[in-house]
Amino acid sequence: MQLPRLEVAGVDAWLVRLFDRIDDANMPWIMALLRRCEERFGEALIDLVPSYTTLLVHYDPLQLTPAEARLRLATLLADLDPEEDGGQGEGSSDSVKELHVWYDDSVGPELSLLQEHSGLSREAVIEAHSGQEYRVFALGFAPGFAFMGSLPEELVLPRLDTPRKRVPAGSVAVANRQTSAYPRISPGGWNLIGRTSARLFDRERDGFSLLRVGDRVRFVAVNRDRFEQAGGDATPVEERGANMSRKSS
Amino acid sequence: MTATVGKSVQLRVERAGPLALLQDAGRFGVRRLGVTQGGPADIHAWAWANHLLGNQWGAAALEITFGGLSLIAEGDARLALAGADLEATLDDEPLEPWSRFDVRAGQRLRFGSPKNGLRAYLAVPGGFLAEPVLGSVAGVAREGLGGHDGQGGKLKKDDTLIFQPGHEEGELPEVPSAGERPDYSRPARLALIPGAQIAEFDGGSLFAAFNRPWQVDDRADRMGVRLIGPELTCGVSSMISEGIGLGAVQVPPDGQPIVLLNDRQTIGGYPRLGALTPLACARLAQCLPGHEVRLHAQALSSAQAEYRHFLQIFPASRE
Repeated sequence: MQLPRLEVAGVDAWLVRLFDRIDDANMPWIMALLRRCEERFGEALIDLVPSYTTLLVHYDPLQLTPAEARLRLATLLADLDPEEDGGQGEGSSDSVKELHVWYDDSVGPELSLLQEHSGLSREAVIEAHSGQEYRVFALGFAPGFAFMGSLPEELVLPRLDTPRKRVPAGSVAVANRQTSAYPRISPGGWNLIGRTSARLFDRERDGFSLLRVGDRVRFVAVNRDRFEQAGGDATPVEERGANMSRKSS
Repeated sequence: MTATVGKSVQLRVERAGPLALLQDAGRFGVRRLGVTQGGPADIHAWAWANHLLGNQWGAAALEITFGGLSLIAEGDARLALAGADLEATLDDEPLEPWSRFDVRAGQRLRFGSPKNGLRAYLAVPGGFLAEPVLGSVAGVAREGLGGHDGQGGKLKKDDTLIFQPGHEEGELPEVPSAGERPDYSRPARLALIPGAQIAEFDGGSLFAAFNRPWQVDDRADRMGVRLIGPELTCGVSSMISEGIGLGAVQVPPDGQPIVLLNDRQTIGGYPRLGALTPLACARLAQCLPGHEVRLHAQALSSAQAEYRHFLQIFPASRE
């Protein structure tokens, strides 16, 4: 398949498909295109959704016909340059964002499962999860929910067969090659391994979401005291992650 | 008509029906943060309700789903209705489902059950007043954003809705006659712009998609509407998640399509046949479970021209 490619996504949207596989190196290109769309579409831009390999561009149908919008995108793509277009991330700087996490069974009931699955000690699991940098590939599922990857091979664990109805806010979780943290209480099928005190989504904050597509993120293990001092809620997870018979999803 | 400038009027909820939410045009510019679009499920009726009062595009109106709502006016005002016939009455006198009418303090505006369609829109002069959250008052319960309470909550008993009958008004548009209004009881013909992974579906599935009747499932809400019919099979079972536009018709492995509406998740990873047009989404949003719908393909350029034409009915569109 020839890439990049422009695909129809409705009367007022084009999907730009830039890549066909997940790769850390995709993100600067996608974010560079996002920046360019912001500049060059101006008032005709309604919304943008970057994700892993694509950018959805939603434009004002009163200002642009589909053909005009397509042409504009094709022109932007012709000389896209991540260096020039600030493609490193949406955040204000290139710095790595840190999420403080209290890794504990009470707030991360699947921590033991991850131990079992990986054959690693608890310390080694925590070290593996917090010992590397992740890239935010997309935000979705809920406001501020960041799909981050990629997890080290030994931490790969499929989703729970039966999602929890209520995953507490701040829960740090893993599923397949990805990790995330739940911004607010919600249903969820990922494996919980700890909790962060960070406020992931805050309507009063500039930019609202702590994490942005393209960001680099690192988890930092903290003890319960530090977690609570930073405002973390240590209420244990009550709902059990149902079903141990696992199939990949 | 003359309206008192600056004096706010309230509508008090005497009885909350199953679902009533404030909706402006939707929440834009924040979808990259995982925030859904929101906005009226039936943009056609919502726009008309506002238009009947000369409101600007984007004024917040009340989206009433199923009915069951009862409001008491605490002040005098001229209101407008469009969309479904939910057996609206004013002090027990039936109201036309598309109408402009005066209420006086103490009067009761009540909605019964769906007689034709599913969602009615109640507009007030200037739109309902509420604190915008992330730039919009569109109520999205799942995200806790917008609505009359700023928390995305649906209306509850004893809530109050506020508006401020405005400045002087120009000539108001004519209320569409019964013959000009949509008849939501008829089978719905929904225009779909083919795209996305349509080439990955097998021939029989494509024939079925566009030639067989589909039934609206009871798994239908503001996030999406599931259609029941022949099983569609696609060579691709799941994909890397990508941004999903309004009306996207995704087909999960069970072969039963889901049309994604205003409160859909921002990204998704199922193959898609394409996207319904905004007006087809609006039509679908008026279908009750069991309703028959049919899909037909429409070219992108003509679909957009049609949508533009619709938007241009409303003078202050997007100003």
